[in-house]
Amino acid sequence: MSDYTVTHLKQLESEAIFVLRETAAQFERPALLFSGGKDSIVMTHLARKAFWPARIPFPLLHVDTGHNFSETIEFRDRLVEESGAKLVVASVQKAIDEGRVVEESGNNASRNALQIQTLLDCLEEGQYDAALGGGRRDEEKARAKERFFSHRDEFGQWDPKNQRPELWNVFNGRMSPGEHFRVFPLSNWTEMDVWQYMKAEEIPIPSLYFAHERDVVVRNGTILAISEFVQPRDGETVERKRIRFRTMGDATITGAVESDADDMSKIIEEVAAARETERGNRADDKRSESAMEDRKKQGYF
Amino acid sequence: MTDQDNAQSYLDMDLLRFTTAGSVDDGKSTLIGRLLYDSKAIFEDQLEAIEKTSEQRGDENVNLALLTDGLRAEREQGITIDVAYRYFATPRRKFIIADTPGHIQYTRNMVTGASTANLAIILVDARKGVIEQTCRHSFIADLLRIQHVVIAVNKMDLVDWSEERFLEIKEEFRRFASRLDSIVEVTFIPISALKGDNVVETSENMPWYKGPSLLYHLETVYVGSDENHVTARFPVQWVIRPHSDEHHDFRGYAGRVAGGVFKPGDEVVVQPSGFNAVIKAVHSMDGELQEVFAPLSAAITLDREIDISRGDMIAKPNNPPTVGQDIEAMICWFSEKPLSSRGKFILRHSTKETKALIRDIKYKVDINTLHKIEDDLEFRLNDIGRISLRTAAPLCYDPYKMNRSTGSFILVDPFTNETVGAAMII
Repeated sequence: MSDYTVTHLKQLESEAIFVLRETAAQFERPALLFSGGKDSIVMTHLARKAFWPARIPFPLLHVDTGHNFSETIEFRDRLVEESGAKLVVASVQKAIDEGRVVEESGNNASRNALQIQTLLDCLEEGQYDAALGGGRRDEEKARAKERFFSHRDEFGQWDPKNQRPELWNVFNGRMSPGEHFRVFPLSNWTEMDVWQYMKAEEIPIPSLYFAHERDVVVRNGTILAISEFVQPRDGETVERKRIRFRTMGDATITGAVESDADDMSKIIEEVAAARETERGNRADDKRSESAMEDRKKQGYF
Repeated sequence: MTDQDNAQSYLDMDLLRFTTAGSVDDGKSTLIGRLLYDSKAIFEDQLEAIEKTSEQRGDENVNLALLTDGLRAEREQGITIDVAYRYFATPRRKFIIADTPGHIQYTRNMVTGASTANLAIILVDARKGVIEQTCRHSFIADLLRIQHVVIAVNKMDLVDWSEERFLEIKEEFRRFASRLDSIVEVTFIPISALKGDNVVETSENMPWYKGPSLLYHLETVYVGSDENHVTARFPVQWVIRPHSDEHHDFRGYAGRVAGGVFKPGDEVVVQPSGFNAVIKAVHSMDGELQEVFAPLSAAITLDREIDISRGDMIAKPNNPPTVGQDIEAMICWFSEKPLSSRGKFILRHSTKETKALIRDIKYKVDINTLHKIEDDLEFRLNDIGRISLRTAAPLCYDPYKMNRSTGSFILVDPFTNETVGAAMII
């Protein structure tokens, strides 16, 4: 008799594929939220596996803050071409121009809050009834109780008290008109699992994840890359550092870490030794301990 | 160990899902906090945050329980509601904890957490011994067919690390557990979650205890035989039709194996239609597979064209699932609105959805004493009992005792779309 032990990465992969297929089967118009970050790249990879040899039966949806690293956009376009997936872009800049959202002002202004409205508008316009996200339960305390199928009311809001119990592998995606779901196939993955899986599957990721030299400023303890969106303020000095990014977000708030990890194995070593959680470097989560919970209630990813 | 070995061991690691049930006072959150803390699953910024909060609250030590209290409402009230999932890994295994509250008003949360677990940790306060709550948690573990149970006798520091007390509790539990039949293995471990004794390291305060620490047990308990590799079940989730030039006639049945092994050349039967076919190939993006088994996902092609759609079940002709519309089940009720006889619901079983009519409520179980209740048959929130129902379309099912996946279903309220019940087929 052969050995039927299944490694944990295989189990997680199988579970994620199961959830992706359930989403395609239970919803009329799902979409996969694609940020260009590693979690959404892994999601796209899993979606290809789930429906192979057919194409992914739903579009990739990119909420574009306009504050991008060029590497992210190049990577996105290449992936779309290679997989044959359909790409839908929801532009925050366009939402600002059309007056649907108002840009924050002041020193710590970010477009995070605007992303929420842009996303909700895009879901409504496209009549998407399920948005697949790469969120994981290990990312943040408020996410530990998140469901695979997370119900949102007609305002796109998440009510922590009104979530459906999920038993075995039976998912309930039934809803009333106007409501929708967020679906998180990577719920049970940890940051380490994502890295190990990318390495095992040889999944390419944007070069920003690997150590490189860059001009930066250190602002409120966060290392920000100099770009057309981030310029040194009075009293700040531009330094040249060897850095890499641990998340791919809005270029104005995504902090880098100093690092020499220039390949996958070195990153994994670094992650294993990490002393700060992934989001610790995102300025938006530092606003308050309950920041994530507040944004989720409003409809953040 | 070299880095190469480290990388390899991570790829070879398997997975243990376990559930913990406990009440506010029995140290459950402290125990989980300690497992996370001692296995270094906690990061520095998380630790700083709870140190700060502990200080503000005036706690004497760093309050490890704060690590597991997720939502703000819960933090404020100091209670854990719902099911929270936690993750940690040691070089041997990855762990998923379904952390659930222990009071009777959260029975549904305990049932939810238990539904995916291989192992249950039941906390017993060494001073109180086996109480109603212990029976309740054991009953739920047994009902949901968790095959491995750890009775963690906690707060041993408060009974002077007494072996006699530990043995007394062991005996009490054994007397009660003789009534439970799904649990294959019970392990008793005396611990102090607060002081760390026998949680990760074995205790110097209890030299009389020769068994493993809790973490060592979790790392080594064998769960490989929990999956059913005999009875072949492949619920069809989705039909893959590429409509491309390259794969013009490709018609693959996508699903996750719910039992048994499927190989090219195997003779299969498709239920409920009853048609036979032979497996042509098992597909994955990485190439064709020699075999596929639970809990892996794959796509299967057959040697002939049969009308197969989502909700159908591919099985082997020598032991097919039962196909029927009259179902007997144990159910746990999740809704504030009571279940009534003649109630109509949407039923979701495996990948199938159909309507169901409740025909009869047979009895309820007093889950503190395991006595049957036959004079009050109104099912309220958190009640567990036996019902019979009829479905609009046939289900391809197995007894829950034989297969957790093809033996379970949920009921959904057709008006609110809420999940109102979870059931295990008898």
